[in-house]
Amino acid sequence: MGAGHRYLPNTAADRRQMLEALGLGSVEELFADIPDRVRFKGKLELPAPMSELELVRHMAALAGRNATVDEYVTFRGAGAYDHFIPSVVSHITGRAEFYTAYTPYQPEVSQAVLQAIYEYQTLICELTGMEVANASMYDGATAAAEAAIISSQTLTGRRRVVVSSALHPEYRETLNTYARGPGLAVAEIPTEGGVTPPDRLRKALDSSTACVIIQQPNFFGCVEDMDALGEAAHAAGAHFVACVDPISLGVLKPPGEYGADLAVGEGQPLGVPLGFGGPHLGFFAATGKLTRRMPGRIAGMTLDADGKRGFVLTLQTREQHIRREKATSNICSNEALCALAATVYLCLMGKQGVREVATQCLKKACYAQEQLEPAGYPLAFAGPFFREFAVRSPVPVERVNSTLLADKIVGGVELGRWYPELQDSLLVAVTEKRTRQDIDRLVAGMGGLR
Amino acid sequence: MTSQLEAGRRPEPLIFEMSSPGRIAYSLPALDVPDRPVEECLPAGALRRTAPELPEVSEVDVVRHFTRLSQIQHGVDIGFYPLGSCTMKYNPKVNEDMASLPGLAGVHPYFPEELVQGALELLYRMERYLCEIGGVSRVSLQPAAGAHGELTGLLMFRAYHADRGENRTRILIPDSAHGTNPASAIVCGYQTVEVPSDHRGGVDIEALKRLMGPDVAGLMLTNPNTLGLFDENMATVAEIVHSQGGLLYYDGANANAIMGIARPGDTGFDVVHFNLHKTFATPHGGGGPGSGPVGAVAKLEPYLPAPLVDADGDRYRLAYDRPRSIGRVKSFYGNFLVVVKAYAYIRSMGAEGLLRVSEDAVLNANYLMRKLAEHFHLPYDRHCKHECVVSGVWQKDRHGVRTLDMAKRLLDYGFHAPTIYFPLIVPECLMVEPTETESRQTLDAFAGTMAHIAGEAESDPDLVKGAPHTTPVKRLDEALAARKPNLRWRPE
Ligand SMILES: Cc1ncc(COP(=O)(O)O)c(C=O)c1O
Repeated sequence: MGAGHRYLPNTAADRRQMLEALGLGSVEELFADIPDRVRFKGKLELPAPMSELELVRHMAALAGRNATVDEYVTFRGAGAYDHFIPSVVSHITGRAEFYTAYTPYQPEVSQAVLQAIYEYQTLICELTGMEVANASMYDGATAAAEAAIISSQTLTGRRRVVVSSALHPEYRETLNTYARGPGLAVAEIPTEGGVTPPDRLRKALDSSTACVIIQQPNFFGCVEDMDALGEAAHAAGAHFVACVDPISLGVLKPPGEYGADLAVGEGQPLGVPLGFGGPHLGFFAATGKLTRRMPGRIAGMTLDADGKRGFVLTLQTREQHIRREKATSNICSNEALCALAATVYLCLMGKQGVREVATQCLKKACYAQEQLEPAGYPLAFAGPFFREFAVRSPVPVERVNSTLLADKIVGGVELGRWYPELQDSLLVAVTEKRTRQDIDRLVAGMGGLR
Repeated sequence: MTSQLEAGRRPEPLIFEMSSPGRIAYSLPALDVPDRPVEECLPAGALRRTAPELPEVSEVDVVRHFTRLSQIQHGVDIGFYPLGSCTMKYNPKVNEDMASLPGLAGVHPYFPEELVQGALELLYRMERYLCEIGGVSRVSLQPAAGAHGELTGLLMFRAYHADRGENRTRILIPDSAHGTNPASAIVCGYQTVEVPSDHRGGVDIEALKRLMGPDVAGLMLTNPNTLGLFDENMATVAEIVHSQGGLLYYDGANANAIMGIARPGDTGFDVVHFNLHKTFATPHGGGGPGSGPVGAVAKLEPYLPAPLVDADGDRYRLAYDRPRSIGRVKSFYGNFLVVVKAYAYIRSMGAEGLLRVSEDAVLNANYLMRKLAEHFHLPYDRHCKHECVVSGVWQKDRHGVRTLDMAKRLLDYGFHAPTIYFPLIVPECLMVEPTETESRQTLDAFAGTMAHIAGEAESDPDLVKGAPHTTPVKRLDEALAARKPNLRWRPE
């Protein structure tokens, strides 16, 4: 490169002077210790560098080939939800003081990140009713998998994990992948009427079961009987892991109240963009007695040399950088900026807002379901649901969705993709962003096909 | 650092302490469907009885709270951040803008494929670029961070050996390795075996020969390693491990030193991860999100997580049909918006730009190393790569001033401290990674300050031991935090 590059401050003169100071004739000499056999001698085959203007045009063209939730009315959820994100959220996460920092290894110049984590932990504890929360996991799926591993580590000798088949299919796949390392056996309980039957769960448990993982509301949007399921888990001496939707906790009983040992879930609905699936964030909360088993970063309050309040990363003897092979998890970088978004979102929504957003989702979903039923799309499962519900379609689901697409509506997710017995079913999500008019258009589009 | 970082500033309250009943900071459209009691929709037993104690504040309260907090935070945009092993380079602003384009940020992961061709094309191209840079045949963009990539790679090792009917139980890891390496090995069900380093800082070849055996699944290696040194015996290391059926894992945390200079796949590695949040300039977010794509050479490729993105002509699709894949390691397709930023970075740099990045990163580190070596002990006196390791043993032995003290003193002068006490094999270690985005003037200023602190350690050791003095809070009591954990606010 003859000319300079905007991201590289060294000029040719700088390089010359620095090499001189080192007593070297060329940069090449600094690489002389790389054996010839392993040295790359060609030129990387990459597209030519772009100016900023060219880049902006190129990226706009790529982005232009995607549909967005602003252009299309979407009724798709299944683990990623189109909730409204107040403007303040991106203004705060867009502050470079937050986003150009890293893990707060030097707490005296990282109080913003640390205090925000402490506030995040508090918000998650309040929302879930649990006693302790960490600074975040990669996503809901990995949080659930790590909950299983922690359970098995804690309850020595127990190497079985029992999950409902109504746990998000991608969470189950992730869990199955993670389980292979420590050699955990994963058993699935089939649902009845869209929910996990407590008596069936009871029969599936034994003294080798480390934990039971139940999603609430479950993948079908159905509300599980968490009291009974938790009781069954505990009767077998296993941990009860609740995988919960954070918005639903505005109206649904928090895991702390039904005795969950661990509460995990996907934090994306709390102010994090859909982003074609990431980055999102996993939240991870537990009872106090599991504090020292927690994976990942935890911030704690302390005092400085003058007795002034401050925050640090704490209980680090759980973590890989201190404990290496004895760590509770291998996680290092997490999803801090997404956790900051969730923190800001929860502070904005506050006590009233979280309840209101939850009830709006609930009532709009109920309305949509009541309109779809007479239009020929009965509920696949009779029980109560939150924000999302499965319907059976009288016509092939592909036809339903292609018809809706022509009207710029993205219909429900085709459940047959994961559940062969539900080839005729669609999973419809309705957030507070969907208007009555949106819902009526959906119903008209689907009803017209019969 | 900024003037707001002065001592004596009033501490920012917790957002909960600002709460005032009835105050709100949100607005939603009025419900436009028939209203009904929640109890009509949900069974009484499933309902929340008491509202969570979330703050009741106004919008301006929230904005001021987080803005004021941000003023007591160091970041790359504020000043030098030579945190070794973390590659705290400048994060281009335009990449942030690109990742917030509605056509990328506002895309649902389960939109039908015909609606997301731009996103799939970006993933497809990014995979090709990383294959080229890493010298591997395919890359999965699914892992969310470096450690997640390690877990993915080691599970691929397991699957590969299992397919050959082998049950290998051990993973070799150098004593200079990052903590995630042994932790990942354990999560994957392996036992770890530590390999000592030799006097040049590389893998001790004799020890490796002794420790390698038919029960060893493979070796994890960071190259350049955490001492900032390229392993001169790389080819021999690979031969020893491969000749007994083992595999080589490349921890790509330090790839900033070798772009266009050495490709891990060519140098004998079988599985490779990249840290997009280090090498490819995506911001660290106060601890994340990162992205840790994993690449594999041909023989390990079948085990990569699914789905990958395939192309049929100019049509892109998610390829789930990968029968020997280890499966999924997270939801969806990885940290897409982080991948977007790294993609924009690669397109901004091109091949010659990335080569210059590595050259400048290495030149900067060597320049700084020589300056620091005038005042600090240099345990490995040879050219480093993108980072260097010096030690504070002289200051500790002569003046009782520890590396921790000097790191804290640096904060008083507006610099973030280097990584300290890592790697573990160098006592009183300071691991300094300047990156290529710092100018010679910044390096001179930092080296000057380090020299000054070395002087203070001699002339006024208590000043250094009591540091920092000018930060928003003074030295924080970490022992107290661990002894009496206070991990959340509680209503009085
Ligand atoms: C050498 C090395 N390996 C692995 C990691 C883990 O990477 P991540 O934090 O992205 O999980 C780090 C992170 O700091 C590192 O420095």
